[in-house]
Amino acid sequence: MKLLPAVAALSLLAASSFTHAADPNLARNLAATCANCHGTNGHAVKGAGMDALAGMEKSKTLQKLADFRSGDKPATIMHQISKGYTDEQLDLIAAYFAAQK
Amino acid sequence: MLIKRRDFLKIGAAAGAMAALHGCASNGKSASGHVVVVGGGYGGATLAKYLRMWSEGGVQVTLIERNPAFVSCPMSNLVIGGIKSLDDITVSYDNLKGKWQVRVIQDEVVAVDAEKRAISLAGGGSMAYDRLVLSPGVDFMFDKIPGLNNAAAQAKILHAWKAGPQTLALRRQLEAMKDGGVFAIAIPKVPYRCPPAPYERACLVADYFKKHKPKSKVVILDGNPEITAKKDLFTKAWADLYQGIIEYRNESEVKDVEPATNTAITEFDQFKADVLNVIPPQRAGAIAIKSGVGLINNRWVDINWLTMESTSTPNVHILGDAVFPAPTMAKSGHMANQQGKLAAAAILNLLAGQPPNPEPMAMSACYSFMDPKNAVHVNSIHHYDAATKTMQPVKGAGGVSAARNEAEAKLAMGWARNIWADMLA
Repeated sequence: MKLLPAVAALSLLAASSFTHAADPNLARNLAATCANCHGTNGHAVKGAGMDALAGMEKSKTLQKLADFRSGDKPATIMHQISKGYTDEQLDLIAAYFAAQK
Repeated sequence: MLIKRRDFLKIGAAAGAMAALHGCASNGKSASGHVVVVGGGYGGATLAKYLRMWSEGGVQVTLIERNPAFVSCPMSNLVIGGIKSLDDITVSYDNLKGKWQVRVIQDEVVAVDAEKRAISLAGGGSMAYDRLVLSPGVDFMFDKIPGLNNAAAQAKILHAWKAGPQTLALRRQLEAMKDGGVFAIAIPKVPYRCPPAPYERACLVADYFKKHKPKSKVVILDGNPEITAKKDLFTKAWADLYQGIIEYRNESEVKDVEPATNTAITEFDQFKADVLNVIPPQRAGAIAIKSGVGLINNRWVDINWLTMESTSTPNVHILGDAVFPAPTMAKSGHMANQQGKLAAAAILNLLAGQPPNPEPMAMSACYSFMDPKNAVHVNSIHHYDAATKTMQPVKGAGGVSAARNEAEAKLAMGWARNIWADMLA
């Protein structure tokens, strides 16, 4: 049972790595595009009105992003930015921030 | 047989990729060498910090910057409008020096020897590099406006398009202007640094006039056929907030000035102002041009978007406003910061003997104040496209505010505090 997600992940990687090898730091690089507003490694400046993403549970970040995209969560700008990344990219970004202390 | 073999290779590659994701491969730690960065603005300062952070100190970084502290162009129109002080938009290099151990030298680079991989400093001496990063911003093409091509004229007719002394000087001219006077701002043809900023400046000066010098006027002499950014939002703000104060004239490129009378000269007309603010046409900062890197239109540096490296000169990378822009990519501080990270990641890979990330992304968010309490944004997201070998905007993403609003005036300040920290804290 536990093997199934691993197999799924393996075949997903196989599909993407066949065209070109992903950069080992892809998640870090993608997450860095969020840092202008959300702080280096997700450590936003306190009291500046931006969500600190560091240490946020991955599923919570992904749910927020999905709600921005669908319009369920009102936004000034995130409804436009969240559409700029693929699901796979958002997954990597959310996982990276979840791992930050 | 062939199919089976291919499957085997696929799985092998996938296993390799998984190992990489789980930390067996380098995350920048194996990179070493000396990177010299010229220019400590949004691009250069960000790159310097990220090189040190991502290499965990493995790469030595020297940053050469003329000014003793960073002064932000974004938000500087608030100083001109009298809402913020220059101190509010100034950040020191102390954390880059102390916390990140970047060697910051206050000096100016006067020459680049790309073959010997060395730069020369105005203060004397030279320095060797493994990789050089030029983040020089823009310089002004004063020769395109003959009357402005001397120091005396430039001291009177200001650009205030690099934040610092000129920002304060323009504020003082506005304060000294009599009520009933005219402030005229001349905008060059695109591309120029920060497309919406001249229109934001017009708004904030008009707001100052409305409150303190109600008989005064703002005239925009735009060299472009129409407003170059956030057009509908500015048009609405001028109608709602500044009716009778702001006058907009398109197709009015200023080709010359007469400093004695503060007169701007366009092809068919002349315009005399009490305070004349001419933003001259721009090109890549002088050191980029002097370094001999290949240019496009003899103005902007041609780069490889996977690495920000010059297409002509190996080991020399260029960031920010000096670069020939990718499609729909504006020259903004936010974009320079993003390019700084893109280049930092690529340089660390290259110094470690690895290929650069084949799928880099960059995004930009740019706020403009319509008055001190209301702002709007424009944002765009760009991905590397292997077919066109440039960054292309992601379709269906990005956009502008629906209307000016108070929430975004607060978010604009939050943006500034966070990006300054991302660069310098």
